[in-house]
Amino acid sequence: MATLNELNIAEVKLSAEESGKWGMVIDQDICTGCQACVAACAMENNLSFVGEVDAGYGRSMHWIRIERFWEGEYPEVRMTNNQPMMCQQCGSAPCEPVCPAFATVHSMAEKINLQVYNRCVGTRYCANNCPYQVRSFNWRDYERPEPLPNQLNPDVTVRRRGIMEKCTFCIQRIHRAQDQAKAEGREVHDGEFTTACAQSCPANAITFGRMDDPQSLVSQLAKRRGGMHHLEELGTLPNVTYFNGG
Amino acid sequence: MMADHNNHAEHGEAHFREKHLMLDPLPRGQMNEMVMESMYHTTWKFWVVFGLLAAITAYALFYSWGVMIAEGLGVAGVNRPSYWGIFLVNTVFWIGISHAGTFISAILRVFKAEFRRPFTRAAELMTTFGLVQAGFSIFMHMGRVWLSYWLMPYPNQRMLWPNFHSPLSWDLLAITTYLLSSTMYLFLPLIPDLAMARDRSTGWRKTFYKTLALGFRGTEGEWAHLRNAMNIFAFAIIPVMFSVHTIVSWDFAVATRPGWSSTIFGPYFVIGALHSGMGAVVAVLAIIRGTMKHMKYFIRAEHFDAIGKLMLIISMGWAYFFFNDYMIQWYGGDKWTDHLLHFHEYGPLGWMWFAMLICNVAVPWLILWNARWRANPLLISIVGIIINVGMWFERYIIVPISLSINRMPFTWRMYEPGIEIPLGIGTVTFFILLYMAASKLIPLIPVWEVQEGQMAHELKKFGRETVVTVSELE
Repeated sequence: MATLNELNIAEVKLSAEESGKWGMVIDQDICTGCQACVAACAMENNLSFVGEVDAGYGRSMHWIRIERFWEGEYPEVRMTNNQPMMCQQCGSAPCEPVCPAFATVHSMAEKINLQVYNRCVGTRYCANNCPYQVRSFNWRDYERPEPLPNQLNPDVTVRRRGIMEKCTFCIQRIHRAQDQAKAEGREVHDGEFTTACAQSCPANAITFGRMDDPQSLVSQLAKRRGGMHHLEELGTLPNVTYFNGG
Repeated sequence: MMADHNNHAEHGEAHFREKHLMLDPLPRGQMNEMVMESMYHTTWKFWVVFGLLAAITAYALFYSWGVMIAEGLGVAGVNRPSYWGIFLVNTVFWIGISHAGTFISAILRVFKAEFRRPFTRAAELMTTFGLVQAGFSIFMHMGRVWLSYWLMPYPNQRMLWPNFHSPLSWDLLAITTYLLSSTMYLFLPLIPDLAMARDRSTGWRKTFYKTLALGFRGTEGEWAHLRNAMNIFAFAIIPVMFSVHTIVSWDFAVATRPGWSSTIFGPYFVIGALHSGMGAVVAVLAIIRGTMKHMKYFIRAEHFDAIGKLMLIISMGWAYFFFNDYMIQWYGGDKWTDHLLHFHEYGPLGWMWFAMLICNVAVPWLILWNARWRANPLLISIVGIIINVGMWFERYIIVPISLSINRMPFTWRMYEPGIEIPLGIGTVTFFILLYMAASKLIPLIPVWEVQEGQMAHELKKFGRETVVTVSELE
């Protein structure tokens, strides 16, 4: 990202300004692939349980997934590090300009990508244009058998069929922390809250926080050598930094 | 050479008249009666086919769509990463079909290609009905179709507007413009024929034609206005036609997907649209000629021959743009595009890639160079249908197959169509149904245009040479 910022291109500078308030660092070297983040994310964000049939067809709903790859030819096959993948909250997001209804937009306050559920008409162009393939579509109205409705998070909308959804960096937690801090007349402390995936990670492979605060843990971690952004060559300015093989 | 010349002299004018509609005039009254009779004349076979198609349309299109609206898009096969499936394939396919009408009607009218006269209407009807199917396909594909009006810039309390950065908004504007202008362009040359039908019918048909003919009596002033309007539309609709499929191609070309972001997509899609459209026109003409009364007089071997030449040229153009597009993508050297190009050829649906080339290039090139084969309605209509199959494959390769592969190998997955198949069949049957209904409701032959052409053409003898002369009418 730094290199792109140094380029003296007006558009790049402009979109760089749009990114970098909240960010995430993922250390693939310590990720165990336990899927706790996947489960926690589903609980926190009222993700639907799609059932066996649809899941078998690859329609299971996840805002975060653990990608596993291997290297080499059989029999010399070696597993590579697990790779948690979620919305990269691009500073210059390919999903945003293609939505005809302004259902996916850039937030001026949080500097992340928002999905406006009740404005989405389901053209699915954003999902096609997302190079990270992290958007999930509600193919049906999925039922929640009792007593699952009791664990719905009241801060998060329950989505219906025909609309797109994706990771929000747990924006409800961001807002709650900001409201609390505002009520107490202070700034949000670093580490005061975190996303569901980061909170549940037993290996502490996921760190979330303010990227614009140079003292925060996440910006300190992101500055270490060897950090990389996925598909940075597309100019998407992602806000998630990965460490792999460090 | 000498023998051929003698032959001409022997047969003289009869030879020309048999061959060319423009040189074979019938009394006007008789010709009008023929066109009227072709509308009135229905056999039991027509109603059997009509009923069958209506039943299929009701079940495959309307019932299936109802199920999909009620259940959600889960009943379709679209899935990550192929979020767009056969719905978009069919949208592009039908918009492609619709291009032939404008091409034949407007471009050939502007260039005064005389062979166009008897079948402009048949082609224009394909434009309008093809666009109806494209509209169905694009609305089917939306997750919440009941909110599709949100894509319109309508005034609302929250000051929400559609996103004009999105190619889908461009699409909406382009396709709506095209549908409205092509419908008007279909209607304008229809007015004199409707007036002709009004004067020769009774009962409900009389009321129907009277309403639609807008009181056209055929005065000098009315003809002048009509010609002016048709001229304006003929010229204005040509850029609209080219822009529509260019804009449809931008849905893909402006995206960041490998295999989609190709700068040549605009002209490549336009020539592809003409390719499938001409194939469809020729198939429709052969069916009309074979099934409707008196059509063998109006649609002759010379017309299939002329369209066949156009098809051959368009096929060559398509092959060039296909090669160009492939070359650009391959030469770009992008790793994922490279993967994709291999996937097209050697993937599980690699046969489709080769079938596309055989249908779109090999078959037309092998058959259409021969004048006698070109003039055979059955053979050329089969070639037309084969081209359409090939063009459908092309769109299938561009949409779901190209989407199966992306920069995130973890999500790679083949697309398996679900309810898209009955819905797609439903659009085909609905298209045929609309066409059959129209063939019985409006004069399918622009009879005034044929008569005008016949007045302009004349056989003259210069010494021993018989020459076809055309006078300027407009």
